[in-house]
Amino acid sequence: MTDDATLARRALARQRRERWLAHAALGLGVLVFAFPIWITLVGSTHDAATIGRGDVPLLPGNQGPENFAIALGEGGGRMHTSPAAGMLLNSAIMALTIAGGKIAISLLSAYAVVFFRFPLRMLAFWTIFLTLMLPVEVRIIPTYQVIVDLNLFNTYTGLTLPLIASATATLLFRQFFLTIPDEYVEAAKIDGAGPLRFFRDILLPLSVTNIAALGVILFIYGWNQYLWPLLIINDRSMETIVVGLAKMIGSGDSQNEWNTIMATAVLAMTPPVLVVVLMQRWFIKGLTETEK
Amino acid sequence: MSTLSLSGITKSFGATTVLHGIDLAVADGEMIVIVGASGCGKSTLLRIVAGLETPTTGQVAIAGREVTQLEPADRDIAMVFQNYALYPHMTVAQNMAYGLRIRGTPKPEIARRVHETATLLGIQPLLERKPRQLSGGQRQRVAMGRAIIREPRLFLFDEPLSNLDAKLRVQMRGEIRRLQQRLGVTSLYVTHDQVEAMTLGDRLVVMHQGRAAQVASPMEVWSRPADTYVAGFIGSPAMNFLAGTLAEDGAAVQLRAGPLLRFTDGPRPGGNGRPLTIGLRPEHVLRAGAAPVAVLLDLVEPLGSETVLHGRLASGEVLTARLPGMVPAAGTQLELHLPAEALHVFDAETGRRLDA
Amino acid sequence: MDRKVFFKGRALPALFLLPQLAVTLVFFIWPAAQAVWQSLLQQDAFGLATEFVGLENFAEVVADPAWRGAAANTAVFASSVAFLALAVALFLAVQADKSIRGAHIYRTLLIWPYAVAPAIAAVLWLFLFHPSIGLIGRALNAAGVAWNYQLNGNQAMLLVVVASAWKQVSYNFIFFLAGLQSIPKSVLEAAAIDGARPLRRFWTVVFPLLSPTTFFLLVVNLVYAFFDTFGVIHALTKGGPGKATETLIYKVYVDGVDNLNLGSSAAQSVILMVLVIALTAVQFRFVERRVHY
Repeated sequence: MTDDATLARRALARQRRERWLAHAALGLGVLVFAFPIWITLVGSTHDAATIGRGDVPLLPGNQGPENFAIALGEGGGRMHTSPAAGMLLNSAIMALTIAGGKIAISLLSAYAVVFFRFPLRMLAFWTIFLTLMLPVEVRIIPTYQVIVDLNLFNTYTGLTLPLIASATATLLFRQFFLTIPDEYVEAAKIDGAGPLRFFRDILLPLSVTNIAALGVILFIYGWNQYLWPLLIINDRSMETIVVGLAKMIGSGDSQNEWNTIMATAVLAMTPPVLVVVLMQRWFIKGLTETEK
Repeated sequence: MSTLSLSGITKSFGATTVLHGIDLAVADGEMIVIVGASGCGKSTLLRIVAGLETPTTGQVAIAGREVTQLEPADRDIAMVFQNYALYPHMTVAQNMAYGLRIRGTPKPEIARRVHETATLLGIQPLLERKPRQLSGGQRQRVAMGRAIIREPRLFLFDEPLSNLDAKLRVQMRGEIRRLQQRLGVTSLYVTHDQVEAMTLGDRLVVMHQGRAAQVASPMEVWSRPADTYVAGFIGSPAMNFLAGTLAEDGAAVQLRAGPLLRFTDGPRPGGNGRPLTIGLRPEHVLRAGAAPVAVLLDLVEPLGSETVLHGRLASGEVLTARLPGMVPAAGTQLELHLPAEALHVFDAETGRRLDA
Repeated sequence: MDRKVFFKGRALPALFLLPQLAVTLVFFIWPAAQAVWQSLLQQDAFGLATEFVGLENFAEVVADPAWRGAAANTAVFASSVAFLALAVALFLAVQADKSIRGAHIYRTLLIWPYAVAPAIAAVLWLFLFHPSIGLIGRALNAAGVAWNYQLNGNQAMLLVVVASAWKQVSYNFIFFLAGLQSIPKSVLEAAAIDGARPLRRFWTVVFPLLSPTTFFLLVVNLVYAFFDTFGVIHALTKGGPGKATETLIYKVYVDGVDNLNLGSSAAQSVILMVLVIALTAVQFRFVERRVHY
């Protein structure tokens, strides 16, 4: 039998070890997650020759302003020369339209499904629900053909509209609407408020947090689209920044304007990263609630 | 020999101190109930004994072993939690066997003890069920079983009955007491319910703001409360408190409400005019006798065999009385009497009991 | 649908449903039906005539060694990404769930990679592992490891797996942390009193109680690895070298867009659809079961 002093020492050692392990693991985790981004940030502040030689330093240089000015205003890379400013704008248009559109049509359809009784209600619900199982990637070619047939190739409408239908957003709002007490509806009726007024004056204000949470997730979803814009846009002036960045890399030759590319990469991830960091609370709420 | 001894236990979280030096010695087989309002530090104290928290200063010894720095696993204790804390993914049998399995008890021995304990608690038919398939009372029994089966030196109960409905609570209260006496295991039981405390404990620890206001048997706590907090906390309806001053060189108290009451058990220290708080339990207020006071009734609660009267004295103080078989109307004036032999005398400033 | 009080009227709900239904029908149901229909057709070499061939496209696809290769790649890729992303996230979440100083800061710093697009994640890792400009790529070569993911298929696979998993860890981390925080503290304390040391407590209590979360995440990670990682592969390796990193979704794209082989591409899409539907169905069955915990 081990004596108590030893046990006490072990207990203390174990506690210390646990805490040390936690700090070490989390510190290492943070490092692994931050390191690629740090290198990119650093790279965006040096000249092309330094990076081309493979001598990426670990600390920032003094070429930052020039690199970002070139990336924003002129573009770079051997394969592609769209300025990032335009691409950022395109990405913003795409992300905001997708987020706003998804929220708008999902609010409306969830309202219809939850607060009304009408024939074929369940059919409508299941039709929307089905889209959960059809990610854009698996129906990519036929959807592309629909866009071409509708003359929407190379348009913002073609870029965003097919991504707007959303089963997850509809499900979330439906879930939330089901928690609204029946008494609210009855009170509205007694007060003489019709369904439109109820929607505008009661339901929308109550949904603000959910809308914000969902908005964060959907903005990131929209901003990070890749395959669809790659397919549907070939007019360089309409290119989004994520696709544009990948095109700048081309086949990954070492002879390239890496400094501009790195600056563009920083520009491409800044908006969504900012959204996540600044709206962390809503972001986590949106994430854990939509996916359940 | 004392099974559990606490000496000078303090606990601070940052700048807040929740325990200000608790000393306690618990005898073998004794059931100690720690009672107090929420936030008094009673749960923290229990968790320190369990090893789930480390005290800031002070020592915990179980059966003569200094265990302050030991992990819960090395303390030879078992605990019943408020929400039972059963392992949701294990059957009842697995829940009970878990601690034995970890200690490497041989399988046939585990099976035997699970069987024995289940029989003792009458949960034999539930052994293969998962916790979610059990009622509140059944979960409570399983939680007990999980504690008993290990045959620990010390049982810890953290408000184990507070999630049950009133009827079941009374029934389980009786069962816990019978079981504890039968097994003779030393127990520490935390509750905020004074009835539970009075009926279960060999001794009570009444806690108030991180201090043990009184440690004594239930009857002692009831009949000789150590201070005004304990006096007001134990007993229902709560004790009346009336302001007064020491008179006749310590032999009597002059109540602000009017009467002069002579102590029947001897004089109190201090000079005339020393401010006092006089306590009197509602059930001791009389319909007839000496020391009359006029009470304007503002609430009358008939309970059948007796009636609880709430009223106001001429001094503005509130008086509650519990009297047998009379139901006057609210709003009426009534003459009640304050018997000198039932008084509790406290210092008005410190609230401490003043004995003769 | 538990509501008891409703508004009257049919025109308004119809109007409100219209946008969602229209988009769904035009861009989801119709193309999906098209995909199924096209998967049953075959065009001649000049795209002039189309004939109905039944399941022939499927038979061809499944028999095609290139498709089988892509399927094998996908299996290796998806299981590695899912395992890596889940294991790392779970480990970090367990550490971040401890009450240690700065836990909150660690959490924030681990969450934000979620915002990075898969294609950008690929670019970031390229900056690190490029054989001539990448810090780590050069270091490996200097250390005598012949590192060049542009030539070595295994290294290419390793890189796309790491880049894809890197991006997914933060997502899993958030869910594991939420899962850990929903386990009642008292259950863990009961286990501690029962004598279980931290490691044992983790495997006998925490891990089983997390299994609904783990399973949910497993499905999400597989779907992610199947589809969302297109950007990683397209930006990093273009399916190469050779076809070492060509996954099923990448092959759908190459056959449909580059090779214009619509019948085959559609048949491949339909197979993937069936896969997603199966995964989703399994997940929903499980979601129903997990309510009992």
